[in-house]
Amino acid sequence: MSRRALIVACAAIYLFLMLPLLVVFPISLSSAAYMQFPPPGLSWQWYERYFDDPQWIDATIRSLYIGVATAILALALGVPLAFSLVRTKFIGRVLVDRLALAPLIVPTIILSVSLYGLFAKLKLIGEWYGLVVAHTVLALPFVVLVMSAGLRDFDRGLEQAAEGLGASRTRTLLRVTLPLLRPSLVSAGLLAFLSSFDELVVALFLAGPNMTLPKKMFDNILMEIDPTIAAVSVMQILLVSVVLVLIGRFGRGLSGSAR
Amino acid sequence: MSLRRLTGLGPALPALALLFVFFLFPVVRMLGFSIEGGTLEWYSKALGQGLYLQVFWNTFEIALIVTVICLLLGYPLGFLLATTTPGWATLGFIFVLLPLWTSVLVRTYAWMVLLGRNGVFNRMLLESGVIADPLPLLNNFTGVLIGMVHVLLPYMVLPVYGAVRRVDPALVAAAEGLGASNARIFRRVYLPLTLPGIFAGAVIVFVLSLGFFITPALLGGGRVMMLAVLIEQQVHETLNWAFAAALSAVLLAVTLLVYTVAQRYSRTAAET
Repeated sequence: MSRRALIVACAAIYLFLMLPLLVVFPISLSSAAYMQFPPPGLSWQWYERYFDDPQWIDATIRSLYIGVATAILALALGVPLAFSLVRTKFIGRVLVDRLALAPLIVPTIILSVSLYGLFAKLKLIGEWYGLVVAHTVLALPFVVLVMSAGLRDFDRGLEQAAEGLGASRTRTLLRVTLPLLRPSLVSAGLLAFLSSFDELVVALFLAGPNMTLPKKMFDNILMEIDPTIAAVSVMQILLVSVVLVLIGRFGRGLSGSAR
Repeated sequence: MSLRRLTGLGPALPALALLFVFFLFPVVRMLGFSIEGGTLEWYSKALGQGLYLQVFWNTFEIALIVTVICLLLGYPLGFLLATTTPGWATLGFIFVLLPLWTSVLVRTYAWMVLLGRNGVFNRMLLESGVIADPLPLLNNFTGVLIGMVHVLLPYMVLPVYGAVRRVDPALVAAAEGLGASNARIFRRVYLPLTLPGIFAGAVIVFVLSLGFFITPALLGGGRVMMLAVLIEQQVHETLNWAFAAALSAVLLAVTLLVYTVAQRYSRTAAET
C-alpha cells in the first residue's frame, strides 16, 4: 500500500471517528422541535431549556462534585499504591498489581450488580458518596497506570542529591519528588475525573432517584429524544476538549500517556 | 531485608482496603448467590437452555466481529500516527483521544441521529435517489456493530501505535537499502515485529466487547441481546439474583480466561 492510499484510508477512518461528535453541533442549534437535519433554522432554545431545567442542572452539579471527589480519593489512594508498586519489592507484589488493574478487565456490569446488592443492604443507594467509592474503584487503574509510568521515568539521582544536601525524607518528597511528578499527577487526576463524570453503568444501579448527568441523559434518550440532549452533548464535548488541552499543556504529553 | 519486604506494602494498604471492601468482597458475595441452596440449576439454565445459549453466542459473535473490524481500521491509523512527523502525530492523537474520552452516551445519541429511519444518512440517500426505502441501520445488529466499533477503535490504535514506534528504524532502512518495496517492507519487517501489539489490542477490544452494556442496550433497540443486557434485566426487571449471578460468573470466567491465556501467550512470544 502506498503512502497516499494509507493517508486517504486514515482520513476516512477519522471521518468515522469524528462524525458523531460533529453532528450534534448543528442539531443543538436547531429551531425544530423534532430532530431534523439539516436544521430548518437556528436558535438557542435547547441550551435555554437545559439551563432552565432544575433537573438537568441538578444532575450536572451532582456529576461534577462526584467527579471531583472521585479524582481526589483516587489520587490519595492510587499515588501511594503506585509508589509501592514501582519502588519497593514486597511479597505478593504481582498479585497487588493485578488487583489494582482488575477493575479495567472485570466487566463494569458485574461490579455494578455486585455493589447494588451490597449497597442495598447498607442503605447506600442514592447516596452521592456511595457513587464516589464505586467510581474510585473504576478510576484507580488509570491513576496507577499513569503514575507508574511517571515513576519509572523518574531520575532518582535528584532525590539522592536532595537527601545528600541534608533534606529530610518528607522535605525531599514535598519539594523534589512530587513537583517533578506534577505532569503525571495532573493527567491522572483529570482522567479520574473524566472517567467518573462520564460513567453510566454503575450510576444506573447506585444513583437511585438522584440523577447523575449520564443517567439523566440515558433516561432522556429512552423517553423523549429532543435536541436538549444535543445541547448537553455539545457542552460535554467542549468540556472534554478543555480537559484534553489541559492534559496536553500541564500533564504528561498526549502520546506519552499512550505508551 | 525481610522487614523491608513487608513494609514496602505499607503505602498500598489504603488502596488495597478499598479494593477488598468495595470490589473483591461484593463481587465474590454476588457470585455466591448463584450456588445458593447448593444447586447448580442456575448454571444449567444459563448454559443449557437454547434461549440463553443464544445470548452467549450472540455476545461472542459480536465481540469477534467488532475485534476484526477494529483491527482492520485501527492498524492503518496506528501505523500512520507512528510513522508521521511529531506535529501531525499530536494532531492525529487529539482526534483519537477526543472521541475516546467523549461520553459514550453522547456518541450513542449521535449515532441515533445519524443512523435512524429519518436519520441523516437515510435522508441523504433517499433525497439523492440512491435508495427508495430507508435502510435499517438502527435498532439492529448493524447499529450495535457501528456503535461498538466507534467506542473501541481507540483501544486498538494505541497499542498498534506503540508497537510500530518500537520497530528499529535501522531495520527499515536496511530493508530499503537492500531494495525491498514498501509492500515487502511492511510484510517482512513491520508486520512480524508489530504482531505482539496487534495481539494486545485485539485482546483488549475483545474482552471489553464481551461486557458491553450501553451500546447494545440503546442501539440494539431491544432486538440485540448481549450478556450484560441480559444480566441487567435479570436484576432490574426479573429480580432473579441467582440467575444474574450465574450469568455474571460465566461472563467473568470467560473474560478472565481469555485475558490470562492472552497474557501468557504474549509473554512467551516476547521471550522467544
